[in-house]
Amino acid sequence: MAAGNFEKYKSDGSLAGNALEWVDARFPATSMWKGHLSEYYAPKNFNFWYFFGSLALLVLVIQIVTGIFLVMHYKPDAALNANGVPIAFASVEYIMRDVSGGWLIRYMHSTGASAFFIVVYMHMFRGLLYGSYRKPRELTWLFGVGIFLCLMGEAFFGYLLPWGQMSYWGAQVIVNLFSAIPVIGGDLSLIIRGDFVVGDATLNRFFSFHVIAFPLVLIGLVAAHVLALHETGSNNPDGVEIKANKDENGIPRDGIPFHPYYTVKDIVGVVVFLMVFSAVMFWAPEGGGYFLETPNFYPADPLKTPPHIAPVWYFTPFYSILRAVTYPLFGLDAKFWGVVAMGASVVIFAFLPWLDRSPVKSIRYRGPIYKTLLTIFVICFFVLGYLGTLSPSPMGELVSQVCSVFYFGFFLAMPWWSRMDKFKPVPDRVTFK
Amino acid sequence: MKKFLIALLFAPIMAFASGNTAHIDKWPGSVSDKAALQNGAKLFVNYCMNCHGASYMRYKNLLDLGLTEQQVKENLMFTSDKIGELMRVAARSDEQKQWFGATPPDLTIIARARGEAGNAGAGADWLYTYLRSFYRDANRPTGWNNTVFENVGMPHVLYGLQGQQVMNHETHKLELAVPGSMAPAEFDKSVSDLVGFMVWMGEPQQEYRRTLGWFVLAFLAVLFVVAYALKKEYWKDIH
Amino acid sequence: MSNQGKMDCGRRRLVVATAAVGGAGAVAALVPFVSSLLPSERAKAAGAPVEVDISKLEPGQMMTVEWRGKPVWIINRTKEMMDTLPKLADAVADPKSEKNQQPAYAQNDTRSIKPEIMVVVGICTHLGCSPSQKFKAGTEEGMPDGWLGGFLCPCHGSTFDFAGRVYKSKPAPTNLEVPPHVYLADTRIMIGEDKKGA
Repeated sequence: MAAGNFEKYKSDGSLAGNALEWVDARFPATSMWKGHLSEYYAPKNFNFWYFFGSLALLVLVIQIVTGIFLVMHYKPDAALNANGVPIAFASVEYIMRDVSGGWLIRYMHSTGASAFFIVVYMHMFRGLLYGSYRKPRELTWLFGVGIFLCLMGEAFFGYLLPWGQMSYWGAQVIVNLFSAIPVIGGDLSLIIRGDFVVGDATLNRFFSFHVIAFPLVLIGLVAAHVLALHETGSNNPDGVEIKANKDENGIPRDGIPFHPYYTVKDIVGVVVFLMVFSAVMFWAPEGGGYFLETPNFYPADPLKTPPHIAPVWYFTPFYSILRAVTYPLFGLDAKFWGVVAMGASVVIFAFLPWLDRSPVKSIRYRGPIYKTLLTIFVICFFVLGYLGTLSPSPMGELVSQVCSVFYFGFFLAMPWWSRMDKFKPVPDRVTFK
Repeated sequence: MKKFLIALLFAPIMAFASGNTAHIDKWPGSVSDKAALQNGAKLFVNYCMNCHGASYMRYKNLLDLGLTEQQVKENLMFTSDKIGELMRVAARSDEQKQWFGATPPDLTIIARARGEAGNAGAGADWLYTYLRSFYRDANRPTGWNNTVFENVGMPHVLYGLQGQQVMNHETHKLELAVPGSMAPAEFDKSVSDLVGFMVWMGEPQQEYRRTLGWFVLAFLAVLFVVAYALKKEYWKDIH
Repeated sequence: MSNQGKMDCGRRRLVVATAAVGGAGAVAALVPFVSSLLPSERAKAAGAPVEVDISKLEPGQMMTVEWRGKPVWIINRTKEMMDTLPKLADAVADPKSEKNQQPAYAQNDTRSIKPEIMVVVGICTHLGCSPSQKFKAGTEEGMPDGWLGGFLCPCHGSTFDFAGRVYKSKPAPTNLEVPPHVYLADTRIMIGEDKKGA
């Protein structure tokens, strides 16, 4: 499957043919087309869970294109304009009202941000279901964890830009978390903010990160992610390695060329996605107050803290884990350990390829222990997420502590519990109807 | 100076006490009632724009309510003579801070800002109830208090229309002590129109957005049929 | 490309149909993006027509107002200034204002609505500098012999007469632009609009 092993294009004498032959002698055009599309053999039994990779790529493109147009009109300036309103905040309303079609572009970008996380969480869940992270695909998985971390950063930096109350105070809280790190914490917070409190300096550097630095890294990681995947070939819902069974031409018997079969199937996936996306964008752009948060319709006021600060919905599970840590340890306060726990709760995904010791990849051939634990894990994730939207409470604290313990236990105890289960025999060939 | 300092003292309270211990009534209006919105626009410009700006709106946008440029220029434009201009407040925000203790907020998107997660109409409901819940309170520098927004710095600008309410300390309900120029039902309708205008101002293109959504979904349904047929046709090859 | 020529009719029809519907959708999706590039309401408001009161403009005087970020000159021409115009029919490049640099109502000998009042955009049609006044005839203001009065652009030497017409063999290709304008009253001009009021 490596690039360069494919036969170069030979012209059929037409102008287009000659042009392509000219290019092919100088650039691996046909080689890339064949290696990643027309002769990339993917398992034929992809199901619903396999739509989300191409959808994630689509949302990335949507965010970049809408972002390009938003930056034409947005101004990252915390100073007050002649009407006493911060310029950045006013520029967003300018886009909503004075720029022709601006409101649609803005809603596409805000809906797209939430859509990105929904799609990525579904995409990651597919990995859990079918053991996509197992050998030999560990590197694909690691690039994916990198993408997820970058995406969280990108969303965090982007959320400051509208300069609303939630933007400002959410950033204030999260940046202050870094001050919990011993020794370097204070200076680190100062460097991140560029000032003693979140202000114009912070806004401008977050703008730079959000618009150029992180998108470039994201694009690089996405390319690496796909290249690594194509090097090993894709997994499938049965966890069967299709390369183990090739025909006389060296083509996997259970493989089909990605193009045209999966291009055509993914188009359907894209259309369905766009239907849901459009329904939200045109009929509920605020997402019930979760996609565009109500406090953010007030301009940032450094002197007035909103009654309830919470991160955006897609961060809430991890935020809950941070709030769940309430005991100091080893002379370091709970605030620090909370930050550690929150970071660990994301990074721990990277260790899955080595934590999972099951002899079988896919949930289809695993036993009741795995199915039960995975179900509880998902429930915990949702419960933690929901609790993260609420103000702290004694009951909430207890429940999130229980869920956090289960969350970490699921991963840390996996080397043991993944081995003990009633496994079913894995077939040689994929199951396809 | 003393009054200014006293007013300033109340500023932090105003900041934190947006508490709604009062029951919030549902806003009875609709953002598609153009006549109501026009009435609301008139009330807004006459009663609110002395202190509050609508600085993301242009007078030109009022034409979308079915008004002519002439009507807008004659009845609704007091702070500018150009229809393309922003609906700014005439007063300066630093002076207002001195007089009221806090700058009266810009009202362009107040209906969205006063919303609640999971409750689409909450902003309108809050505004509708707030504007009808002022009562006389001798302890306040303005002489007015509000059951929805405790110790608010805003005086009851609509008292000429509503009349003066007082708090009955036994029932904890508001009663009309001095009638205004409008009967209660008429006043409620006026406030409803004013709130409708603010809901409209929050997102003037909202009706267009909802309509466009139908067309987009319809188009995507057609595209789905065609794309699905294409997929099925190709996947006939696969066994 | 590996299966070219193998597609049957039904399949091709569906591909074309999907491509057509999808293509139409893609074009429609482009509309908000392209329209966002047009001047916004803020730009349009800033470019709104400007009302000018010329009641205090003495004969021989020029005033400058700003419209759409450009200087617009209003000159109250004296009889001497007006008399220079017919003499320059051979010296200027476009004496009858045949090129499209003015609205129809300014396509006359004086390039104006009212003969004495000249309304013209004060930007040289060469590369955009603003010409200087050289109203005095003769060599007194450093102009060559035979100069009847008008404007000199300092950047590359283009010269214009009292109707904004460009002299021949100068870098500027066309006469100075006359903006759309209308008289709201005898001494009030609205620059940037042709029709009254609306």
